[in-house]
Amino acid sequence: MSIAHSPPVDTPTKIVFNRFLRHRLALVSAVLLGLLVLLSTAAPLIEAALDLDADAVNLFGRYSAPSMEHWLGTDELGRDVFIRLLYGGRVSLFVGLTATITAAIIGTTIGIMSGYIGGRVDALFMRVTDGVISLPVLPLLIVLAAIDLGKVGLPESMVDNENVSLYRIVAIVALVGWTTVARLVRATTLALKTRPFVLAAKAQGAGSLRIMLRHILPNLASPIIVATTLSVGNVILLESVLSFLGLGIQPPLPSWGNLLTGAQETIWEAPGLAFYPGLLIFVTVIAFNFIGDGLQDALDPRAQDRRGG
Amino acid sequence: MLSFLARRSFHSLIVLFVMSFVIYGLIGLMPGDPVDLMISADPEITSEDAIRLRAIYGLDQPLWSRYLHWLGAAISGDLGYSRLYAQPVWDAILPALGNTLGLLISSLTLALMIALPAGILAATRPYTLSDYGINLAAFAGISVPPFWLGILLILFFSVTLGWFPAGGTADAGGATELWERLQYLVLPVASLTIAGIGGHTRYMRASMIEVLRQDYIRTARAKGLSESRVVLGHALRNAMIPVVTVIALDLGVLFSGALITETVFAYPGMGKLIFDAIMGNDYNLALVGLLLATALTLVGNLLADIAYASLDPRISYAELDQ
Repeated sequence: MSIAHSPPVDTPTKIVFNRFLRHRLALVSAVLLGLLVLLSTAAPLIEAALDLDADAVNLFGRYSAPSMEHWLGTDELGRDVFIRLLYGGRVSLFVGLTATITAAIIGTTIGIMSGYIGGRVDALFMRVTDGVISLPVLPLLIVLAAIDLGKVGLPESMVDNENVSLYRIVAIVALVGWTTVARLVRATTLALKTRPFVLAAKAQGAGSLRIMLRHILPNLASPIIVATTLSVGNVILLESVLSFLGLGIQPPLPSWGNLLTGAQETIWEAPGLAFYPGLLIFVTVIAFNFIGDGLQDALDPRAQDRRGG
Repeated sequence: MLSFLARRSFHSLIVLFVMSFVIYGLIGLMPGDPVDLMISADPEITSEDAIRLRAIYGLDQPLWSRYLHWLGAAISGDLGYSRLYAQPVWDAILPALGNTLGLLISSLTLALMIALPAGILAATRPYTLSDYGINLAAFAGISVPPFWLGILLILFFSVTLGWFPAGGTADAGGATELWERLQYLVLPVASLTIAGIGGHTRYMRASMIEVLRQDYIRTARAKGLSESRVVLGHALRNAMIPVVTVIALDLGVLFSGALITETVFAYPGMGKLIFDAIMGNDYNLALVGLLLATALTLVGNLLADIAYASLDPRISYAELDQ
């Protein structure tokens, strides 16, 4: 009888979900970000529905003010600003997410091997990590973005691909962005590898690879998710800076960063062109940061205690 | 202490040495080479001339031999000639270095003068309205694209209000008065300062909250000290340790910020110099500029290590060396 009256017990997933819901800013951010992703993904549909063409140049309609036809006006070539912002969002969000995930995979691999195997592997990996951390990131990214892919030995068909700037930026941002995750994963792995469940698996004869993948990796999920979410914002900022400098995503492919490239010259005639893309970058980055903060509180309650919660 | 310093400096030198090779290799991978530039400048050069020129300049040599040649010259003080500035690399870099240091020091000082009190204020009143406000502002600060911030400042203060020039330096405008010179610094410094406040505020707050829950703070309160004595007299010194370390570690980030700010405001510092050198195929200048930027971050890391061990008596240099 008493069993029937005991309150229902929440599953761990539900507890985490409820804690996340309590972080109001994170919740608002998640909704806003969802909306942005939806709008960007649906860009071609919206384009068709509004009867516009993102690439249609109209030199008689340059810098036109916002109107029923062009919601946010037109740019220096008479193209619709609103639709181009949505297409830019597709690129910027795609780069942000793929580069972060690639970096997280590199970081997790290096961190888990460093922590579990230890010894010389650990020493080597950590020296490399320290080295990468101590480098001036932006100047180096500029050099990496400026190198001639033909000289690296990539086939011409790849170099001439119009999306090459997209893949290049994902690759170079991932190349410098893995260090935070690597250090975090290494530290957590060091703590996990002496825990009884790992020792038990070892006693049963499980190999190193199996222990790393089946026993340690699942327990790394929370720190990896938090660190990855928090770094998406940074990656989007890096992409936008490089594209702004003319080294990231190459026009005519729009990204929020390269939409701002010419904005400084046209700032007197069309201040709006300098405003909207930056606003979208800002909103997206702050949303990812709030979500990361909320996830941290939800997945690691002790973090909130430590921070005086 | 001395052996620690010596060993760490040695490590930094090795990193710098490795990086000099990596950067040298990367710059060789940029489009074109010096002879291509000569060919585009002089249509009379035949392909035989080009081969001969490449041999004269050693461009037909393998990478490592060209690198050793450069390194030998660099160590003996010959850093080469800048193509863009038409003067020795060192003469092009020195004024830019001075401009950047001025920018970095003034904006870092301003940012800390705002961020540290804000972080302490938020930490002493956790989960109140002022804490939320400060936190929100800090989040906004770390999330704003730095170049857009610069553009917004130009939009508001130059385009709309017309208070400050949109970029450049006083030399271009022929200004000589101190105030006229300073006017050109206001927007770049403001831009870099705002970009730096957010991060420092969050570090300060987190570190202060951590310290305020220690036992010795409870003891200080129990013996009846005023809250300001507790926070500023007892907690602050310990809370500053990680903050100082982070400030030194962030020198590289600060330099990246300077590169963006200098480019947006056409401010003739190291960041803009490196950017222009890379974009303008000025190989010698780009190489030395990048190495100086690397050296700056390595010095920051070294300072962070020293600060970490010398501010906290619980940590010995021997431990840090492990």
